[in-house]
Amino acid sequence: MSKRQISAVLLGFSLILFLAGCKKKVPAPPPPPPPAAAPAPAPPARPSITFSAEPGTIERGQSATLRWEVTGATDMSIDNGVGSIQANGSRQVYPTSTTTYVLTATGPGGTSTANATVNVTAPPPPPPAPEAPKMSLAERLARDVQDAYFDFDKSDIREDARAVLTKDADALKSIFNDFPNAVVTVEGHCDERGSAEYNLALGDRRSTSAKNFLVQLGVPGDKLRTVSYGKERPVCTEHNEECWQKNRHVHFSAE
Amino acid sequence: MNNKILIGVLCATAGLVALVAQDNTTIIKIIGGEKAAIAVPDLRGSGEAQTFMGAFNQTLWDDLSSSGIFRMSPKTVYPMGIPARPQDLKPTPAPPPARRGRTAAEVLPSCGGMCLSDWSGPPVNANFLTFGYTGVQNGQLVLFGYLYNLAQPDLNNAQVLGKLYFGTVDEAGARKVAHEFAADILSQFGQKSLSGSKIYFTRGSGKGIKEIWQMDYDGNNQKPLTSYRSLCNFPDISPDGSMLAFTCWLRGVPQLQIFQLDPVRKMVFVNPHASMNSQLDFFAGGKQVVFTSTLASGTAQLYLANINGSNLRRLTFSKAIDCEPHINPKNQSEIVFVSGRSGHPQVYRMNIDGADVDRLSSGEGDAVNPSWHPDGQHIAFAWTRGYEPGKFNIFVMDVATRRVEQLTHDEGKNENPSWAPDGRHIVFSSTRSGSLQIWTMLANGTQLKQLTTSGTNEKPVWSK
Repeated sequence: MSKRQISAVLLGFSLILFLAGCKKKVPAPPPPPPPAAAPAPAPPARPSITFSAEPGTIERGQSATLRWEVTGATDMSIDNGVGSIQANGSRQVYPTSTTTYVLTATGPGGTSTANATVNVTAPPPPPPAPEAPKMSLAERLARDVQDAYFDFDKSDIREDARAVLTKDADALKSIFNDFPNAVVTVEGHCDERGSAEYNLALGDRRSTSAKNFLVQLGVPGDKLRTVSYGKERPVCTEHNEECWQKNRHVHFSAE
Repeated sequence: MNNKILIGVLCATAGLVALVAQDNTTIIKIIGGEKAAIAVPDLRGSGEAQTFMGAFNQTLWDDLSSSGIFRMSPKTVYPMGIPARPQDLKPTPAPPPARRGRTAAEVLPSCGGMCLSDWSGPPVNANFLTFGYTGVQNGQLVLFGYLYNLAQPDLNNAQVLGKLYFGTVDEAGARKVAHEFAADILSQFGQKSLSGSKIYFTRGSGKGIKEIWQMDYDGNNQKPLTSYRSLCNFPDISPDGSMLAFTCWLRGVPQLQIFQLDPVRKMVFVNPHASMNSQLDFFAGGKQVVFTSTLASGTAQLYLANINGSNLRRLTFSKAIDCEPHINPKNQSEIVFVSGRSGHPQVYRMNIDGADVDRLSSGEGDAVNPSWHPDGQHIAFAWTRGYEPGKFNIFVMDVATRRVEQLTHDEGKNENPSWAPDGRHIVFSSTRSGSLQIWTMLANGTQLKQLTTSGTNEKPVWSK
């Protein structure tokens, strides 16, 4: 085959392809849909509006997005400060309270409106201000839990101390209810007359026996810590029985 | 005075003592029941050294006086002249022939203090004389110190001690050479000097704050060892003086701490998990300790452990309080302690394995604070026997016979006796001055000396 023959064949083939392509185009594309969903009344339709807010419910301070699609209108606006808009669009809004936005579209066919509401919920309330004059653990102990007193060189619970410690047990249970993490120290003290060394041991016995008594009455033992101060921390420094009695005691304090 | 200690105190100290001059071995012969009289005139210093002689003379006098082995001849009766060097001394002039009605001594011619007879005769009537002088040489304070035996008629044989001492040119240096001179004099009489020994104690400064302090045996150089601004108390010293234990409420409850002293360094001691660990005593050369803890029973009991707290063993199993353990320093196999097992606190002894428990005090009153004499045969302790509760006095007991001697007699509260290394002195706390202070005394109750005045001071322990 000559070169000319090949060219002629290629040309013919191209023409065929060309003609085939033209032929396909023949069923022309459908006409664009009529502007107003084609109810096609004779006069121009009123503008149609699709208008929504997402999300429909926000917490105060968050934003919502308004979306709209308007057809058949020439003049469009949204109230509540949004203003004029284009036919298609979206806008973030930050309403501080529940707001209904009204989209007004005016066209040759008249005026249409549509609503979208953003519900604004209040955020969870702030933690309540600490109940202002609530008593501290130390204040509760000072007010509600009394010292128990002992005889000279003794660590057993006297009759009057039983009554005091019984009341103390109730008070302590109530305090531990209000202060679940509290640990209360049971301090054992002695008067000045014994030796400091022996008194250190005696004070320990006093705090231990008071603790044991309270535990029997249902006070949780793991919340009571014992410590002896012997005669190192007297509450009274005179040298008489009245003062010595004040110093032979167990005292309750916060850690 | 049947008590062995008190006899010892008197025997060692008493009487006219004959010395072999220039001999380092001590030969003491007791003549009569008297202590040797010693004249200790003020020494003078040449030039700058004179500035510090006030401190020097006071220290020398105090050391010799407080030893309790001398009768101190009063300074007011000394001759005008005082020798400074041996060559200042003149031979005792021959007495003129005695005349009727007069003794030879009365007519001895005076040589103004430069003859030994000026000091041995009336009115001084001393058996021994110290003299010497100080000067500054090559930037050092130098003391030339002499001790003469006045009973020796021959000047050449009378010198017992003649020695040079060196110190810094200040008051501390003056005190140092005075202490050393006094120590050499005392050693001539078989006595250990206390200079160099330390007393550890607790000082309260109010507001519930107590710290551990130390001072020299004579009350000088008081300084704090702790500065926790907390409550610390109950110091106890190891027998060699190298470790100190005490109790602090640093983390709320009373717990033990042990410190090495030179240099000061906190040592590891693992406290048992108890509401109270306190009152620790060292033994076995500082490798073992015994202390009071509420570990097992909720009542204070005695425990043994290694020095770091390991190998913990319970020693007593009583239902009553057991506390204040102290190991016999001589045999290391015996413990005195305080127990409430018969009611009120009393002093007990037992073997170190817990066997053979005996009550040492009679059961009357409160008996507390036992402290071993270095001889391991006697204890000092505080007792209210014969007085109201809390009215403690210091007593000494021969442990073998249980014989007791009372050393203080209701002058305030007297507690926490602790023996000096010489076994002749006791340091204790007393309220006799109106506040709680630390005092020393000879172990027969005499020679009282107040060591502290500032704050309240208690729980003294006397160390090497």
